Amino acid sequence: MSFWNFWTDPIGVADAWLRGLFAGWGMPEFWVSLLVSLIGIVVLVVFALVLDIMLVWVERKVVARFQGRLGPNRVGPFGLFQPFPDIVKLIIKEDITPAGADKVVFNMAPVISAMSVIILWAIFPLAARVYGTDLNVGVLYLIAAGAFGTLSVIMAGWSSNNKYALLGAFRSVATMISFEIPLVVTLLIPVVITGSMSLKAISEAQINSVPFFLVAPLAFLIFLISAIAELGRSPFDLNEGESEIVSGFHIEYSGMKFGWFYAGELLHSYTVGGLMGILFFGGWGWFGLEKVLPWLDTPFFGAISVLGKALIGYWIIMWIKYTVPRIRIDHMLAFNWKFLTPLSFALLMVMAVVHSLLKEQALWIYVPAMFLSNILVGWVTLEILRNNARQQRDAVKTPEPVAQH
Amino acid sequence: MPDATQVMFFLSAALILVSAVLVVTVRNLIHAALWLIATLFGVAMLYVLLEAGFLAVVQVVVYIGAIAIMFIFAVMLTRRDLLSQSPQTNANWPVALGVSALALVGIAYIVRGFVFSLERTPAPLTGDTLQMLGEALTSPSLFVLPFEVASVLLLAALIGSVYLAWNKK
Amino acid sequence: MQNPWIYIGLFLVIGIVVPVAPLIIAAVIAPKKPNPIKQSTYECGMETVGDSWVQFKAQYYVFALAFLIFDVETVFLFPWALSLNILPFFVVVEGIIFILILLAGLVYLWRKGMLEWV
Repeated sequence: MSFWNFWTDPIGVADAWLRGLFAGWGMPEFWVSLLVSLIGIVVLVVFALVLDIMLVWVERKVVARFQGRLGPNRVGPFGLFQPFPDIVKLIIKEDITPAGADKVVFNMAPVISAMSVIILWAIFPLAARVYGTDLNVGVLYLIAAGAFGTLSVIMAGWSSNNKYALLGAFRSVATMISFEIPLVVTLLIPVVITGSMSLKAISEAQINSVPFFLVAPLAFLIFLISAIAELGRSPFDLNEGESEIVSGFHIEYSGMKFGWFYAGELLHSYTVGGLMGILFFGGWGWFGLEKVLPWLDTPFFGAISVLGKALIGYWIIMWIKYTVPRIRIDHMLAFNWKFLTPLSFALLMVMAVVHSLLKEQALWIYVPAMFLSNILVGWVTLEILRNNARQQRDAVKTPEPVAQH
Repeated sequence: MPDATQVMFFLSAALILVSAVLVVTVRNLIHAALWLIATLFGVAMLYVLLEAGFLAVVQVVVYIGAIAIMFIFAVMLTRRDLLSQSPQTNANWPVALGVSALALVGIAYIVRGFVFSLERTPAPLTGDTLQMLGEALTSPSLFVLPFEVASVLLLAALIGSVYLAWNKK
Repeated sequence: MQNPWIYIGLFLVIGIVVPVAPLIIAAVIAPKKPNPIKQSTYECGMETVGDSWVQFKAQYYVFALAFLIFDVETVFLFPWALSLNILPFFVVVEGIIFILILLAGLVYLWRKGMLEWV
């Protein structure tokens, strides 16, 4: 096992070594497989949770800088160790279950919320050969994990026996399910271009050609907006309207259960940033640099590329959250059903047509054509909106002057 | 020592049967909806055992992510005092018992005449089943007409539900 | 990994075990001093007014219904999207017919006023 072998294929080498070890101890084949995958899963989950802990620090520092203050800077250099006392504090807090709450459902909700985020890491490809597993229905699996998140919100809101929690949960679920339609439709667009639903295949297709945000920029924008709404982050965070319904569906949660809701939301934001990187920004490639500099083609730098893109995506989501005020629920739902859903379906139809017509052509014809079709759809949309606004303005502008001299 | 597949099958079957019984007998309607979600998840596990991964994920997305949520919303639309005070059984239970016994006898009779042999089960598909599904749904010699008619069916469901909800408003 | 679904199943199990572990630790370590004031439901610092049952707006149900129909539609579109690369152009036309029929449904909802919040 040379270092170069391990450097270019860490999972394969570790897998072979562990299997050799366990088979040498005399375990039957089935249990060897099971144990090796179990170890892999535990490593991946621990990695995701350590990232989560770091994200708490990132979140608090970034929000502080946006708001013109310093953020945590006492515990460790630059406040880097702040999340650890936070975790200790959350664990030793008293667990208050409100009177009349449904105990089983109350306790299950944060667990299901955290689970729905952790299972996303099973198919998250970090590099060419570093991933949990390669599911051939990867894109739909993401939506299925989101379904569990929606479920946990209803369970939390209903079992708290609190009318604000219930209100927050209803609004939150209405938002999350409404914005799932443009999300799924824009997820269909990389599937159309690649011809496969697996995340690994989509990344590889981008590395072999161009990143998909050049091919489908409007799809990326709609995906970003819908993903922010799915996450329940500002400007769509009616469920956590601190000034309105004081934390919405997780009012009655304290201690580590609240910790799982909070940490789950941060990890979900980061994972969605990572998915944006994988689906639209080239996955583990370095935008073509790795063909020029072959040392960038190794799993370590591939993972840095994916995690870096995830961090940039997460930063964009935070940027929007801490800059823009909250949108009202009826505006939000009208925006989704009357604007985003027809727009995303129109975009899907146009891109399917252009892709089918031009899929045989060379790259330098295909990419500008798709890009221009996106611009065309965006321009037509803007014209329709401008027309609407002009009509509404004209309807108001026609009162005649009272006195005519 | 049963095979791993058999163990998973027994687990899924046990989950489905126990959850289904609990859906019908539990007092609290929201708990019944949650047990329904467990049943649907068990069915998704069965689909995975049948090597239909796409259908398993579709089961979770559509059934658990949309239909179960609609159930819960519908339960919450009812007045709260209906949640736990209504009686669990009504006076027709002897008739129900008779009909279920007849159904059981009928199913047992049909199953007895069935040959469960491995030679008669169809061979699993080889190749990329997802693309084969896509081709099957869209090529004119296969199932494209049901594909389009499905959209008309969904449109009919949409219009029907609008009609129902509209009168309530 | 011959079968990715075994991996996913194990991941689900670990995904449930890992969040439960700190909760169990917290249940063991944390103090337990329940009293009725602490356990009363939260209403911005005052006593709760009225029943904790809000009248459920029927509008939520309409949105859930519209979401269900469009969700099933997008699920149908996934196999269609996969076949675009291998089958000739008329497949796109079939998909467009499918989407247009359901967009007509969305326009119907819009005109009937079902998408308003009030």
